Amino acid sequence: MDERFGEQITRIASTCGELTFEVAKDDLHDVATALRNEGEFGFEMLIDVCGVDYLTYGSDEWNTSSATGTGFSRGVEREPVILDEADEFDTRRFAVVFHLLSVRHNLRLRLRAFTGKDNPPVMRSVVDIWNGANWFEREVFDLFGILFVGHPDLRRILTDYGFIGHPFRKDFPLIGNVEVSYDAEKGRVAYQPVSIEPRTLVPRVIRDDNRYSADLKDNADG
Amino acid sequence: MAEIQSYTMNFGPQHPAAHGVLRLVLEMEGEVIHRADPHVGLLHRGTEKLAESKPFNQTIGYMDRLDYVSMMCNEHGYVLAIEKMLDVEVPIRAQYIRVMFDEITRILNHLLWLGGHGLDIGAMTMFLYCFREREDLMDCYEAVSGTRMHATYYRPGGVYRDLPESMPKYQESKFRSKKEIDRLNSIRDGSLLDFIEAFTNKFPGCVDEYETLLTDNRIWKQRTVNIAVVSPERAMQLGFTGPMLRGSGVEWDLRKKQPYEVYDRLDFDIPVGVNGDCYDRYLVRIEEMRQSNQIIKQCVKWLRANAGPVMVDDHKVVAPTRVEMKDDMESLIHHFKLFTEGYCVPEGEAYAAIEHPKGEFGVYLISDGANKPYRVKIRAPGFAHISAMSEMVEGHMLADVVAVIGTQDIVFGEVDR
Repeated sequence: MDERFGEQITRIASTCGELTFEVAKDDLHDVATALRNEGEFGFEMLIDVCGVDYLTYGSDEWNTSSATGTGFSRGVEREPVILDEADEFDTRRFAVVFHLLSVRHNLRLRLRAFTGKDNPPVMRSVVDIWNGANWFEREVFDLFGILFVGHPDLRRILTDYGFIGHPFRKDFPLIGNVEVSYDAEKGRVAYQPVSIEPRTLVPRVIRDDNRYSADLKDNADG
Repeated sequence: MAEIQSYTMNFGPQHPAAHGVLRLVLEMEGEVIHRADPHVGLLHRGTEKLAESKPFNQTIGYMDRLDYVSMMCNEHGYVLAIEKMLDVEVPIRAQYIRVMFDEITRILNHLLWLGGHGLDIGAMTMFLYCFREREDLMDCYEAVSGTRMHATYYRPGGVYRDLPESMPKYQESKFRSKKEIDRLNSIRDGSLLDFIEAFTNKFPGCVDEYETLLTDNRIWKQRTVNIAVVSPERAMQLGFTGPMLRGSGVEWDLRKKQPYEVYDRLDFDIPVGVNGDCYDRYLVRIEEMRQSNQIIKQCVKWLRANAGPVMVDDHKVVAPTRVEMKDDMESLIHHFKLFTEGYCVPEGEAYAAIEHPKGEFGVYLISDGANKPYRVKIRAPGFAHISAMSEMVEGHMLADVVAVIGTQDIVFGEVDR
């Protein structure tokens, strides 16, 4: 891999014996084409396309400076984060992860490409390389708002007709923004702002666990 | 004579043959379909987003509700991904139990598929026959987990509990006579393994019955042969997996090619189709049921001979028993921590895939070291299959749409997530 692509790809240290490469957004299409067509790779199947929003990566919500006075928030303070209007995103905020499978060589490979700082985030589509990517990319667009250049039919897929926002972004609240109920006067189902409050039953915590520490493992091995 | 014009027709979302909530917008010329535009997402519940807000173990229950006809297989994919990240080695007995229940689930799924597919294209009897056998398998679910469908039986580190020594029994009611109850309970006297073994001895005969009704049936063949032919190259290009890929003649099964649990110790065959039409996919699934039956038999034999733990003995991941908790301070602490906070999974990412009855079911997990997943992506086989719907129905008649939905084995719980 390294010999063939050189600078275009970066090997990411694997945690579970899986091959992961990071590829620049502009090189994605060339690398993907080569991975599919060249016999030594032969990744003829695209298993999955997954969007990731790294906005809150590595942050926990456990706030123990003072006891909570009200509600079910368990010491979790919420601040609304609205970054969608920002002109630029952090360059490592949105990523698209491609899982490839080679039936010929019985091999899996993961490619990750970050979208850069554009708002809205943009990525090159791979539908022309693997036709099965069509709906997977529609899904990523729907849930993360990542646009795919070269996609033949980029519409929303999972959310409701006329839905606003991209629900899997980390700044989109879990309870959503709107709720529906039947409006007897209008004689139809109508949208209104949500009337419930978000709850946290188990706060998110990150604990350093020595069992998984790389330093200690190395020492143990000698 | 009036000129025939192409027109657009709406199919679903509430249609008995849509297998759930599928809305299809069909562009047709007379009876012939030019293009199909499936609208999915009517059952979207945001499972992946919900998973991000819960400790790892609390999402296992959601997995059952994805593909709600092959519950335990979904759990298996998710649990495997966590185990991969935690680097947990599951006890061998638990691995056999998982494989056995995966195969029971495969038969459950294929029976529902056969019943539904048959009903859709004119074989009413199939539905009743298949549900008769499904009932027995649901009882196995109930015996082992307490529920007939949404089991939440697999846990990271093993399975929730060992196989029970007795089966739940029917009780007398005003709807059933004593004689009837005795007949129903007669096969439920022994342990769960006895019950499963009795089932595996009876089941090949049942499959023969289904085949008698369908395999050489003139109507069945007219409805399935040469319908929705997919070439092997196209199938791979479109991301097909499971029976959809094997029906097109590609020999690819994760149980053989990338074995997980104890599949490499078991003896079974992978059926492969030739023509890639609905009929071949039917034959593949029928043969898979027979092979699953073989696997279950081998598992029962092994499980009878080998006792042992079914959960790892690591209380950082698995809760200690009630008895331990009552008289051991450390166990009490572990118990408290596990149920209030859960366990933290080391930073990293993992993709675990299993051979689900419908294809490759994969879970891609990203963890930043917290007690909740950072991102869970569920790779549902049905999602890739239904995206090829338009291509598969193009040029066929309206009635064949139903055959194609059937042959794809679509369940909206997993497509919409």
